[in-house]
Amino acid sequence: MTASQSSTSHGPARSTSPWMPHLARIASVKHEAPGIATYRLELEDAALRSTFQFLPGQFNMLYLPGFGESAISISTDPQLRGALGHTIRVAGNVTQALARMKPGAQLGLRGPFGSSWPVEACRGCDLIIACGGVGLAPLRPVIYHVLRHRGDFGRVHLLYGARTPGDLLFTDEYDAWRGGGIEVNVTVDLGDENWQGQIGVVPVLFQRLRLNAPNTRMMTCGPEIMMRFVVHEALTRKMRHEHIYLSMERNMNCALGFCGHCQLGPAFVCKDGPVFTYQQMEPYLNVENF
Amino acid sequence: MPARTLPLGCSVVLAKDELQTLIDRLRQRGYRTVAPQVADGAIIYDDLDRIDRLPLGMLDEQDGGRYRLRRDANAGYFDYVVGPNSLKNYVFPPREPLLEAQRKDGQWEMQTIEPPAERLAVIGVRSCDLHALAVQDRVFLEGPYVDPAYKARRERLLLVAVNCRRAAATCFCHSMKTGPAVKSGFDLALTELEDSFVVEVGSERGGEILAECDWIPATSQQAQQAQETPRRLARQMAERATAAEEGANRSSAQRSLDTKDIRDLLLGNLEHPRWQEVAERCLACGNCTLVCPTCFCSVVEEVSDLTGDHVTRERSWASCFTADHSYMNSGAVHKSTASRYRQWLTHKLASWIDQFDVSGCVGCGRCITWCPVGIDLTEEVAAIREEA
Repeated sequence: MTASQSSTSHGPARSTSPWMPHLARIASVKHEAPGIATYRLELEDAALRSTFQFLPGQFNMLYLPGFGESAISISTDPQLRGALGHTIRVAGNVTQALARMKPGAQLGLRGPFGSSWPVEACRGCDLIIACGGVGLAPLRPVIYHVLRHRGDFGRVHLLYGARTPGDLLFTDEYDAWRGGGIEVNVTVDLGDENWQGQIGVVPVLFQRLRLNAPNTRMMTCGPEIMMRFVVHEALTRKMRHEHIYLSMERNMNCALGFCGHCQLGPAFVCKDGPVFTYQQMEPYLNVENF
Repeated sequence: MPARTLPLGCSVVLAKDELQTLIDRLRQRGYRTVAPQVADGAIIYDDLDRIDRLPLGMLDEQDGGRYRLRRDANAGYFDYVVGPNSLKNYVFPPREPLLEAQRKDGQWEMQTIEPPAERLAVIGVRSCDLHALAVQDRVFLEGPYVDPAYKARRERLLLVAVNCRRAAATCFCHSMKTGPAVKSGFDLALTELEDSFVVEVGSERGGEILAECDWIPATSQQAQQAQETPRRLARQMAERATAAEEGANRSSAQRSLDTKDIRDLLLGNLEHPRWQEVAERCLACGNCTLVCPTCFCSVVEEVSDLTGDHVTRERSWASCFTADHSYMNSGAVHKSTASRYRQWLTHKLASWIDQFDVSGCVGCGRCITWCPVGIDLTEEVAAIREEA
């Protein structure tokens, strides 16, 4: 039930064990916001480095021996070879350990895994990219794709929210995104003395949109509660269920469909997702504790 | 001179004590032999090289939350049904290392760990467990990724199946269409008669090994008796289940499960009050998931020495009844026992069909027997169906 382009052509090599990580090194660490940094990881194997491909929205399993693995989406441009960006919020054991690591440090990487944002299926359409917090990270590759193929899309809106202005990610890129023809609309839950922009949750940003529903596609990633309300806004504006794409989060322990933890109804989020259509998720999204 | 092999599908007769020769031949070919035996008041699978350790003359009584062994002079070698463990324990062991990482001079070296290269023959496997193995094959071998450890164990597995002559009250393979007759996926299949075994050849290597035993051709009467054995049991199970449905009391009676539209029934009733009702009895202990021959959830954990330079990644069985199972940094998704039981049952009987094109339940009844409070999934489904 892959929502978009199949991951099969961009999966790890079959000849080796799917449990075997590639070795990688931290090329750079960029502080993005309190508790959030982007780690650019360089695969040690030169041949692999030049052939490693991923699609927007796919993720890697980052492995720190002794701490474990963590599923992290790739936040850099799929067209660029070399270091792979992973924008990580410090939350659990693995990410805490990662936060203590410096450039040059070694770690393991398996991937890429999962379904991707359907950028090809969205050609010719208006696009809404609605995200909250670190949910912008898996959508940044879509933004790069849009900038590179701007003529393929109609109007493109980024609706992005964070708790405070200091929590907004990639702020140094917004001007370039705007310059490239993306309407960047930002909101925060709580402003500070310098904040001149919108205050409120992400769904509030829909109020300004003139939406041509039949020709609009939406991609959303963020806390589940945010996505539920964003979807509600889209449905209120007559968008179709199959034109709304969500990136779901569940406990991903293996990324191979073996461990069973990431199930969401019929789906394994790791291999059938993380990107799903709302049509696929609708029966389950509003069921409590499911 | 005896034949060097026996062809696929052919049935011959072995005297009862010739089972020892079969075990000996398997061992001579380098197979570790595992068979049912009594341990801790139950019949389990374990290593066995002498047939006098098989539970001849033992029967099991199973019911919701109840398992008892008793002697019966009329019982044969295999008249008990399934115990708490299954083939799962051998192809997907409760704990196994997957990967090793070693740090030398600040450099990590990693290598995957292969399972021991031993051949394994399991004797006494029932039809439900053969189906369960086929279900696990779909998980570990037939998806986008292949689990190398499972694959290695699976390829070295030889199965000597047994046609059941008796069913426990908790058995409902007749509902799941997974038994009682052994039909495929075996190397040899035994049917116990009064004074002999009729043995059917299910694979080439099975035929070769059987040819090395002191077999005699089956008479048409023996062949017919063997064929009739599981058919008679299937009829008995269906009759008893119908009688149980007509009577008010389901416990101690033959279980059955109405699988009609079961996927939509369960996934269409995610907010049914029955989930809360069963949660008031469920201890969320996870026993059902451990004894289930198809439950495949696992967790990989780091096992490190004190220096942190030697790390093994170990996979162990996990259960959807724990908070940990669905835990994310934002908290557990399945917060309540109701949501965990719902996850288990809807996965087993409904979403499994979406995922693997087959039910996750083979009707072995282990989850009913080994539930400490006797929760019976057939009863839970019936309740949801009744009040849907």
